Parts: sequence; structure tokens; C-alpha cells
Amino acid sequence: MRHTLDTRVSPYAYVAPFFLLFAAFGLFPLAYTAWVSLHEWTLLEEEQTFVGLRNYGTLLADGYFWNATFNTLSIGILSTAPQLVLAIWLAHLLNRRLRFQTLFRISLLVPNVTSVVAVVVIFSQLFGRDFGMINWVLSWFGAGRIDWAAGTATSHLALSVMIMWRWTGYNALIFLAAMQAVPRELYEAATLDGAGNLRQLVRITVPMIRPTIIFVVIVSTIGAMQIIAEPLLFGSGTTGGGTMVTGGPDRQFQTLALYVYEHAFTKFDFGYASAASWVMFLFVVIAAGVNFLVSRRVKGGVI
Amino acid sequence: MRLRYLTLTAVAFFSAFPLYYSVVVASRHNSALAQVPPPLLPGGNFFANVARVFDTVPFGLALLNSVIVAGSISVAVMFFSTLAGFAFSKLRFRGRNAMLVITVATMMVPAQLGIIPLYMLMIKLEWTGTNYALIVPALVNAFGVFFMTQYLSRALPTELLEAGRVDGCTTWGLFWHVVLPAARPAAAVLGMLTFMSAWNDYFWPLVVLTPDNPTVQVALSSLASGYVNDYVLGLAGTAVGTLPLVLIFALFGKQIIGGIMQGAVKG
Repeated sequence: MRHTLDTRVSPYAYVAPFFLLFAAFGLFPLAYTAWVSLHEWTLLEEEQTFVGLRNYGTLLADGYFWNATFNTLSIGILSTAPQLVLAIWLAHLLNRRLRFQTLFRISLLVPNVTSVVAVVVIFSQLFGRDFGMINWVLSWFGAGRIDWAAGTATSHLALSVMIMWRWTGYNALIFLAAMQAVPRELYEAATLDGAGNLRQLVRITVPMIRPTIIFVVIVSTIGAMQIIAEPLLFGSGTTGGGTMVTGGPDRQFQTLALYVYEHAFTKFDFGYASAASWVMFLFVVIAAGVNFLVSRRVKGGVI
Repeated sequence: MRLRYLTLTAVAFFSAFPLYYSVVVASRHNSALAQVPPPLLPGGNFFANVARVFDTVPFGLALLNSVIVAGSISVAVMFFSTLAGFAFSKLRFRGRNAMLVITVATMMVPAQLGIIPLYMLMIKLEWTGTNYALIVPALVNAFGVFFMTQYLSRALPTELLEAGRVDGCTTWGLFWHVVLPAARPAAAVLGMLTFMSAWNDYFWPLVVLTPDNPTVQVALSSLASGYVNDYVLGLAGTAVGTLPLVLIFALFGKQIIGGIMQGAVKG
């Protein structure tokens, strides 16, 4: 009797910690956000008044919200699309017998081990207007001093470089893991047929690792929609004077997550910020869904 | 073939250069930054700059907090993930497959969007400003459970467990005497991955901690967002705050990369 009780109950007890923790600190807060968003709810006031969808109305009429939406999409696309192509290509380069294989792999992962704070501090210096190394290098080609943080396009570019620097190598290793499972004979046969390197990548590798590509695209999309630390720190590092929750003086690089942060943790307007969170959630689902459909159609065979 | 090495070397260079250059700047005096061309070799000012970091923010406390937080999270994640991985890979129970699918699916949930109620919850529990707010929500995660499930289903022979049963082991006894020892290599990799991501975590600690009791990343961000743009100070702090991870990575990089690639194959 004791024995059956043990074998019946203990499996549930062993997986319970994860589910309890996720319910308490993952699922519950996410669902509760919807409830909070229907209220006039601030940190300081005891009373919360039910206001229905009013917060959503205010949100959708706020130009800064749409500005943040545009910035999120712009930075998201700029950082993710070239990154994934580059990552697949790098994985392809690593996917054969090489000397220094481990050394190359380690060097690819080093940026990912660097914290986001460190990355932005380092790159804010590199992207500095007056004494930054990047402007110095560009000046060899006759470019003038670029104030990277000041413009919309330039700040998005700078932020995308930081994000790419941190994540390309990591994703390359994920792709490499998938590529190693592709049967060698396919490549040997293609070589006999006279297919070149690039053709093999497009015709064999990409179709064979499609599930991994879809997975990475979805995860990267969800991550890109929530970018916050980079613009938050870039704003404070380049403009001086406290943390810049607005993403630059003209909000030129304020992302959606940063918009939520501004309202939740500097204005402590929880109700309004929750409405923004919830709309963001909708955007994440839409973006992930669209990219799922797009990446599922990747078949290769363009060349 | 030569092009391949050339490309990979260039990529390795671009991966390493920003870190190298941050050490160069961190070891210089502020005036050196205004030089054209910029300095390319380290100077002799590193320790003086690091001392300034400790004078500006409570960096010793930050290091201590980060070690406590990242250390406890890693141990807990290793333990609970092995426990759940054991159940998912080797025990039979109703709803097992569905629960495993749900576990993997939760990795896609954008949990950051629930941060406002999470913060309110921390206020209710009176955990704001304390390490509890960082440790408790992170005690186990879906990636760890999935990672250990994968490993144990591949590496732990079922016969070993059956032999243990015959010897009269309870399920808990099996876990303690058979599973835990067998799980050690993968759990160690999981522990290092967890330590690194907990050490580098920034956004949640920023929200829930105060500048007078920070983790390393929170302290670094207050260094970087000072009223004067003191890059040397910021980068000296960055160098010290990144050092522990570089050390772990230099020693166990190969295993860590193996772990990431293994976790990815079936992801």
C-alpha cells in the first residue's frame, strides 16, 4: 500500500515546484495585469476605482505609445533579421572539420556571457560622438562626427549593433547544433553533382534545419518585442543625468517595454502601464504568429 | 578554405575587441580618452580606477549580493530541475506528456509583461529591496527542467533504477542514491549557465532593489548613469563585474558550449 502511494504520488510532487512557482510568479502576474489595467490604480493610493477600458482609450490616443511601437519594430527588425542570416552563415562556416574549432566557438559565445549593462557601457563609449572609436574609424572614410544617440535612424542602428553583438554567436551555436544532425551523405552527393558551397547551404542545410530556424525566429521575435535594458542604459550613458526612461530627449529610441517602465516605475501609474503591457502582449502574439507563418514558408531553393 | 579561417578570425576579433578595449579604457586616465588616435594599449591606472568604483557605489556589497543571489539560484535550479527531470524522463504518471509540453511552452511566455503585479506581490510580501525578491521567483525554470529531462532520458539507464527498486528503494531513495550522482555532469553545466544568467540579470533587480543595496549589474548601471559621463569609472566597474564570469567561462567554456548546443538540438 505504501509502495503504491509512493509511486503514484511522488512524480507529481517532483514536478510540482516548477508548476507552483510558474503559477505564482509567472502566470498569475500576467493574468492579473489584465485586471489592474481596468482600474485607476497607482502605487500611492489605497483605493482603486474600476474604470473599464478607459486606460486603453487613453493609451491608443497617445502619440508616444505609437512612437514606441514604431521604435520597437524598427529596432527589432534591424537587430534580428541580419543577425539570423549572419548566424546561419557562421554556423555553416563552423560546420566542418576545422582547426581551432573550440577557440572559434568560445569567441562566438563570449559576447553572450557579457552582461547587457556591460555591453551598453562599452558600446556607448565606442559610439561616442567626440572620442568614440567608431567615429574615428569612419573618419578615415571622410565621414563627419556622427551623434549616434541623437538621431532616430542612427540610435536604432547603434542599439541594433549592440543586440547583434550579444546574440549572433549564441544563435550561431544553436544553428550549428542543428546542422550537425544533418546527414553527411547529403553534402557528399551534392558535391558529386557539382553543387557549390552556397548552393549547398541554401538547398540542403536551410531546409534540413527548418524546425530550428522557426524556433529561433519565434524566440528572437518574442525577445525583440521586449527590448528594454539597451535603450534604458543607452539613454542614461549618452545623455548624462540619471536614467533616461524616455529613450533619448526626443523619445527617438523609447521602446514599448521602456514606455511601460516609464509609466509603471517613474510615474507609478500601474493601471495605465498594465494596459500598455497587455496591448504589448497582444503585439508579441501577433508578431510571433506572423513570423511563424513566414519562417514556415522558408524552403530554400532560391539559388 | 583560407577564406573560412579569415572570416572566422575576423568574427573572433570583433567578438573580443570591445571587451579588450573596455579594459584599455578602464586602465587609463580620463584625459586619455580625448586623444586622437584613441589609446590601443592598457595603461597603468586600472587599480586606481577600481578603487574609485568602490568609493562611488557600494560595490563590495553588490558583489556579495550577486554571489548570494546567483549562488542560491544555481543550487536550487540544479536540484529542482533534476528532480522534475527525473519524474519526466523515468517515472510513469498520468498527464506526463501533456505536462512536459506545457513546461516547454511556458518558455515562450513573455513573463516580463507581468512585472507590475509581480512588483505589487513583492510589496505585499515585504520583499522589495531584499535578495528574496530575486531568489524565490527564480528557484526553478522551464529551461532547467527540460534540459535535465533530456539528459536523464538519454544518460540514465532504466535498469539501474529497476535494480534500485528491487533493493527496496523508495522513489525518493532512487532519486538520492541513483539519479543525483548520475545527473552530476549535466547539472554542473546547468548550474554554470544559471549562475551566469542570474549574475547578468538586470531589469528585475533594477525594478525591485534600491541603489544602496544593489547587485553588481544594478551598481554598474548607477555608475554608468551618473551625472558626469565618466566612461573610465563605468568601464573599470564593468571589468571587475565581468571578471568572475570570464573566469568561469575560460575554465569551463567547452562544457558550457556543449550544454547550450545539447539543450538546443531538440528545442
